[in-house]
Amino acid sequence: MSRPEDLLPPDLFYNDTESAKYTTSSRIRQIQASMTHRALELLDLRQPAFVLDCGCGSGLSGEILSQQGHTWVGMDISPSMLDIALQRQQTRPEQTMRTRNGHTNGNHELNGSDELDDNEDEDDDDDNDDDEEDQMEEDLTSSTLGPDGDLMLLDLGQGLPFRPGSFDAAISISALQWLCNIESTHNPTQQTAESRLRRFFDTLYVALKRGGKAVIQFYPRNETQRKMISSAAVRAGFGAGLLEDDGGTKNVKYYLVLSVGGGDITGVVRGMDNVDVEDGRAIREARGGLKGTPKKGSKAWVMSKKEKMKAKGKVVKGDSKYTARSRGPKF
Amino acid sequence: MKLLTVNFLTCAVKTCKTSSESYPLHFRDAQLEQNPQTFNPLFIRNILSRLDWSALTTTANELGLTAMLPDHNPADDMMVDSEGATEEEKNRAKDNVISEEVLKKLHTFLVDTAVIEGKLVCGNCGFEYPIKEGVGNFLLPPHLV
Ligand SMILES: C[S@@+](CC[C@H](N)C(=O)[O-])C[C@H]1O[C@@H](n2cnc3c(N)ncnc32)[C@H](O)[C@@H]1O
Ligand SMILES: [Zn+2]
Repeated sequence: MSRPEDLLPPDLFYNDTESAKYTTSSRIRQIQASMTHRALELLDLRQPAFVLDCGCGSGLSGEILSQQGHTWVGMDISPSMLDIALQRQQTRPEQTMRTRNGHTNGNHELNGSDELDDNEDEDDDDDNDDDEEDQMEEDLTSSTLGPDGDLMLLDLGQGLPFRPGSFDAAISISALQWLCNIESTHNPTQQTAESRLRRFFDTLYVALKRGGKAVIQFYPRNETQRKMISSAAVRAGFGAGLLEDDGGTKNVKYYLVLSVGGGDITGVVRGMDNVDVEDGRAIREARGGLKGTPKKGSKAWVMSKKEKMKAKGKVVKGDSKYTARSRGPKF
Repeated sequence: MKLLTVNFLTCAVKTCKTSSESYPLHFRDAQLEQNPQTFNPLFIRNILSRLDWSALTTTANELGLTAMLPDHNPADDMMVDSEGATEEEKNRAKDNVISEEVLKKLHTFLVDTAVIEGKLVCGNCGFEYPIKEGVGNFLLPPHLV
C-alpha cells in the first residue's frame, strides 16, 4: 500500500478534492474520531482546557475537542483542509456541508498510511458512489457544540509561534510522519527531517505550560522513523512514553505520550497496558550498547532491558508472544 | 484570529524570539467580526492567570475596543496578600470568586471577537502575517526560517 507521504508534499497532496474526500469518508471519520477519543483519554484533562491541534486538517479531531468543552487552536499546512474546517464550523446543524464537486480525482485509489483500514475489503467501494451516503452522515453528525477552533496556516517543521506556557495540552492525530518528508514546498532549503522534528518539539515544549501534556498519534514508516520521532521529543525535554494499541497487528497505532516538567512519565501512563517508557537515559544506553550484554535487539536483550527498566520503577510493556519478534513490514 | 489566540502569538522568525518588540504582534487593516460562541466560565477562569494583560490592552487599543476590557486582570484581585492591601481588596479576595458578569465580558472579548481580514505585524522585524477568512498565515519564506 502506498503512503501518501511518498507521493507529494502535504499541501499538494491534500488539495481540494482529496481534502473533501478525506473529510466525507465515513470510514476515515470513524477512525480519526476513535483515535482522538483515545488521545483525550490519555490527556486526562480535568477542566475546560486550551488545546493545540497540530496538523488539525479539516477539524475532525477539533470537533471532538469542542464537544468536550475545550477551546482549541488548529494548525495545518494545507489551505484546502483548513478551508473545509472553516466551512464545517460555519455550517450549523440544519445546513449541509458545501463539498466541492470533482469526484473524479486521480488520487482517489490511494490508500495511505493515514487512512489505514480496519477492513481492507471495503477499500474499493468507498471512493465514488457512497460519497452521497457519507454526505448524509456528515449532515447528521455535524452538530458541533462548544466553541469553534481558531485556525492557522503553518508548517509544523518551521516551529510554533507561541509564547512560553500558552497551552494546557496538545494533540496531533495522523500528522507527524509527514515531518519526516523533506520534500515539502515550504522546505526549499531542504531542512533535514531531524531538524524539522527538532523545531517542532522544541517549540511545542515551550508552548505548553508546566505540567502540560501532549499526545501524538502517528504512523511511522518503520522503526527508524518511530525512534527518530520519539527521541526528538525526549531531546526537547519532554517526559515520553510510547503507547502501542493493537500491537503486532496491521492496525497498530502509536501514541507518543508527552509531559512537560519532570522526565518521569510513569505517573502519566500508570496502569496502562502496552506502554514503553523512553527516557533520555534509556535511549542513550540503547544506542551505546553495553559490554557483555546480549546482542542488541535479540529476545534476551529485550528481556534484560525490560528487567532493568522494571527495576528502575518504569512502566514496561507486558511480555507476549510478540516480544522482540520482528513484526515485518508495517504497511 | 480570535483575540484570545493573539495574546499567545509571537513572531515566528527565529531571530525575533529574543526581542521584546516581537510581542504582542500588532494589527493592521483589521476587520472585526463577532461570532457568539458557547460561554464557558470555567475555561475563562482557567485561562485568566495566563493572559498577558498589557498585551491585551495594546490589542484592545489598536482595535478601538478598550471599552470591552477591564483595566486590570480580575485574577489579580484573587491574589492580594493581606499586608498592605486595602479593606476593600481584602474583601474581594476573601470572596474568591470572579463574577459571571466579568467572565462573560471577557469571553465576549477573547472568544467571540476575531479579526477576519487584515494583518498581524511584528514590531521587531516588520514581517506581516496575513489573515484571510479568520485564518492566520504563519508560513515563513525560506530566508526567514
Ligand atoms: C491525515 S491528516 C489528519 C488531519 C486531522 N488531524 C484528522 O485527524 O483528521 C494529516 C494532516 O497533516 C497535515 N500536515 C502534514 N504536514 C504538515 C506540516 N508540515 N505542517 C502542518 N500540517 C501538516 C496535512 O495537511 C493533513 O491535514
Ligand atoms: Zn519578527
